[in-house]
Amino acid sequence: MSRINELFGKKLTVINVGTENFKNELEAQGAEVLQLDWRPPAGGNPLLIKALDRLADDERIEAANAKAIDIIVNARPVLEDIGTALDVLPGMTRHTILHAGPPVTWERMAGPMRGAVIGALIYEGLAKDEREAVELAGSGKITFAPCHEYNAVGPMAGIVSASMPVQIIHNLTHGNYAYCTLNEGLGKVLRYGAYNEEVLKRLKWIETELAPALKAAIKLSGGIDIRSLIAQAVHMGDECHNRNKAGTSLFIRAIAPFLVKAGLPQDTLVRVLEFINSNDHFFLNLSMPAAKAALDAAHGIEYSTIVTTMCRNGVEFGIRVSGCPGNTWFTGPAQMIQGLMFPGFTMEDANPDIGDSAITETYGIGGFLMGGAPAIVQFVGGTVDDAIGYSQKMYEITTAENSNYSNPNLNFRGAATGIDVRKVIQTGILPIINTGMAHKEPGVGQVGAGLVRPPQECFEKALLALAERMK
Amino acid sequence: MAIQIIIKKNAYHDSVTLMSISGKVAALSGVADAVVAMATAMNKELLRNIGMLTPAVEACGSSDLVIAVKAESEEICAAAVKMAEEAFAQKAAVKKNAGETVPSTLQSAVKELPGANLAIISVPGEYAAREAMQALKQGLHVMMFSDNVTIEDEKKLKEYAHAAGLLMMGPDCGTAIINNVGLCFANAVNQGTIGIVGASGTGTQEVSVLIDRFGGGVSQVLGTGGRDLTEAIGGITMLDGLAALNADEATKVIVLVSKPPAKSVAEKILAEAGKCIKPVVVCFINASQPDRPAEQVYFAASLEDAAYKAVKLAQGQTDFGSACDHAALKAMAASRKAKLAPGQKYVRGLFCGGTLCDEAMYIVKEKVGTVYSNIAKQPEAKLGDPHTSKEHTFIDLGDDAFTVGKPHPMIEPSRRLPRLLQEAKDPAVAVILMDIMIGYGSHSDPAGITLPAIIEAKRIAEQSGRHLEIIAYVCGTDKDPQNRLEQEQKLAAAGVTLAKSNARAAYLAAAIVS
Repeated sequence: MSRINELFGKKLTVINVGTENFKNELEAQGAEVLQLDWRPPAGGNPLLIKALDRLADDERIEAANAKAIDIIVNARPVLEDIGTALDVLPGMTRHTILHAGPPVTWERMAGPMRGAVIGALIYEGLAKDEREAVELAGSGKITFAPCHEYNAVGPMAGIVSASMPVQIIHNLTHGNYAYCTLNEGLGKVLRYGAYNEEVLKRLKWIETELAPALKAAIKLSGGIDIRSLIAQAVHMGDECHNRNKAGTSLFIRAIAPFLVKAGLPQDTLVRVLEFINSNDHFFLNLSMPAAKAALDAAHGIEYSTIVTTMCRNGVEFGIRVSGCPGNTWFTGPAQMIQGLMFPGFTMEDANPDIGDSAITETYGIGGFLMGGAPAIVQFVGGTVDDAIGYSQKMYEITTAENSNYSNPNLNFRGAATGIDVRKVIQTGILPIINTGMAHKEPGVGQVGAGLVRPPQECFEKALLALAERMK
Repeated sequence: MAIQIIIKKNAYHDSVTLMSISGKVAALSGVADAVVAMATAMNKELLRNIGMLTPAVEACGSSDLVIAVKAESEEICAAAVKMAEEAFAQKAAVKKNAGETVPSTLQSAVKELPGANLAIISVPGEYAAREAMQALKQGLHVMMFSDNVTIEDEKKLKEYAHAAGLLMMGPDCGTAIINNVGLCFANAVNQGTIGIVGASGTGTQEVSVLIDRFGGGVSQVLGTGGRDLTEAIGGITMLDGLAALNADEATKVIVLVSKPPAKSVAEKILAEAGKCIKPVVVCFINASQPDRPAEQVYFAASLEDAAYKAVKLAQGQTDFGSACDHAALKAMAASRKAKLAPGQKYVRGLFCGGTLCDEAMYIVKEKVGTVYSNIAKQPEAKLGDPHTSKEHTFIDLGDDAFTVGKPHPMIEPSRRLPRLLQEAKDPAVAVILMDIMIGYGSHSDPAGITLPAIIEAKRIAEQSGRHLEIIAYVCGTDKDPQNRLEQEQKLAAAGVTLAKSNARAAYLAAAIVS
């Protein structure tokens, strides 16, 4: 008996792809119908459809993606130490400045990034003032490179220079490392392009007091499991990109006993704890490298169509895909963020999307877990229903669900993980990123927060490149 | 004239929604042209023709929405655009309440609804084959309403479905009833023991409706799409359907409905029918009857004859007789003929249902000779201009010439009305023949919407001292949402002569003018 005969007599359960009139008529007859939110694949572009078809139903791709997902989900990022960028970042030199996003030249850099570069050159003693710094930056003597190409990530401008202390995340499952500076707090800070006396003083303090204190405590702790902290934080209303209140609190709880045990001078202890406590986003510089460690381990798997990097330099948005190994970037123009402005600022003031923090979304947290972080909704505009909707839509473009990070508002469904370039193009659904807005002038700071999506062309270019590799 | 053009990037809407909104906007007083459409190559061409293709629109892709209005003033343009935007907002609001998540791909839909067993696909033809293949790969049976699918894709889909044991109905399949649920364009008919496999939408509707009328009922009604019985496809779906119905315990009699198939395919199908353990009634519309391949295979002369024989067979009878009382029809024709003025000699058929048009035209042609039509196969009978009738003329208003960018007349039967009035003005016209298609998918009140034009048509003729005979056939049942009886009463009150089947309507019309 064929499956046609099995259909006869069964309850007819229909998926309707196309006009809703048919759905309405079926429902009137009591049939169960699910309407598809259909739109032309790849926006109807025949070239992309051809590439999609080439990449469809290939066991090599399915196997590669399964491997990538397994790595991402099972990565165990642990904060193991703090070191100096020059000592721990492979390939780092005294004259290297790392920045957020895909490659960008000094001439094309966005305002906040230029400011941060100037600040870093002064901080490093390579220039004594702004004029010298600008001259040096344009002289060709400085190597500019993306953090991502050095196993590192940085929020906003994302500037990392040789003397800066970096938190060292060790992926215990796969053995690789990821690095990120310590979060400087809000207001006038280097990552928003500020480089005045106060900023440089704070950076120096981070280097000389905060980092050594935390290093001692981390050593005593034997390592702090960031995966576990993220898992708890997402049950406490964080999505670990734009909201890190719970994560930061959990971090303080984890580190405080060891800070005390480390036998630090009383006033150091006070300053350290007060600093972390005053900065809701301290944990961001831990969730980001944790995500980076997991995704780096999954990069470079031949045939995989899983996205391993999404980042922005304020001018361009760039992605990397596992199946295009090394530093193969697919870029498009950085978009403007849609959301709420802080009082006194308008959209005119905002810089296009900037920072490596979209690594959180690449990892399945951040905007992808927004439905579990209702408090952030007020901050970026919209309703809780919208936030849940965003989270749900992300399952359409991802490959797996990461049960380590579950969404309480979706009945503890695992985070949508493993963005598949093919699915993004097929559906036209772009990843949702929940992010802060930088002022376009250096040093002003954050001017708002909201939602943004990558430019579709990053994914289109990646798809075509992947299809080309299958030939 | 003021022009306003709004572009909404990446805002896809299906063509039915767009056509209905376009229609509403265009109907606003003061609006000269209104196009609410996706920026496909075809729609861009349309915009170019009416001088509204701007460079911005030209740069758009087929997932971008364009609202373009040309009107007497800026204010009317703005009001029209607002109206369109409100219509979209309303649709979005409805969607939101219906369910929180609306999946975007078949893969995720199947996860959401694990019991799903059938996909209905009505997206534009260029994308339809991809979706259908995905549905089949997910193990779903498919009903593909979309047309404009290549024959190569159709073959690929059907071969895949056949190997997987799945049903691949379509492309261009508009009618099926599975497990007593009518799909797309279907009628509410009694459940029973007659299974149908149909390669023609309205032909299949007619057979199922008449089975109901004759006191029978259907077990399953499967569609194949219009090209299944061509040489290239080889009847894959009809053969699979036939085998399934032959194995189905609830089915006692099988009916096969198709326009004349390719010879080799007809032979293959008849050979399989000959092996069936159940009676099979074969209705190859307007084809000469081949030799019976086996005892239990019967040929039907018309759709009505197929329904009638199937009901008789289901009751265990093989002594058929005829359902149609031709003597009574002749008497009725004579009484109508007596009312005609001397110059009135032609029939004009205005049809929404393609196969019904075909069948009626064939019947009339047998009696009166040449009949002109937009769907005629013989070149000499093909109408040069489908908008102008000539002697005996039959128009299929569902043909491409009338439907490009517009809803099918079964959904929007008002599109027939201007033609009805045009025919009424022609003093040579004796009879206007119409089908009124009801059932799921069809317009909610086709008789009601046609009524004012019928009254006007009769008035026009009467003013010139003529009697205009309007014959209508309501294809549907009293269980359909529109209710056949109510539809017939409305028409009868306006002096329309009602027929009990499409074939009888045609016999009557032919008898009046011959």
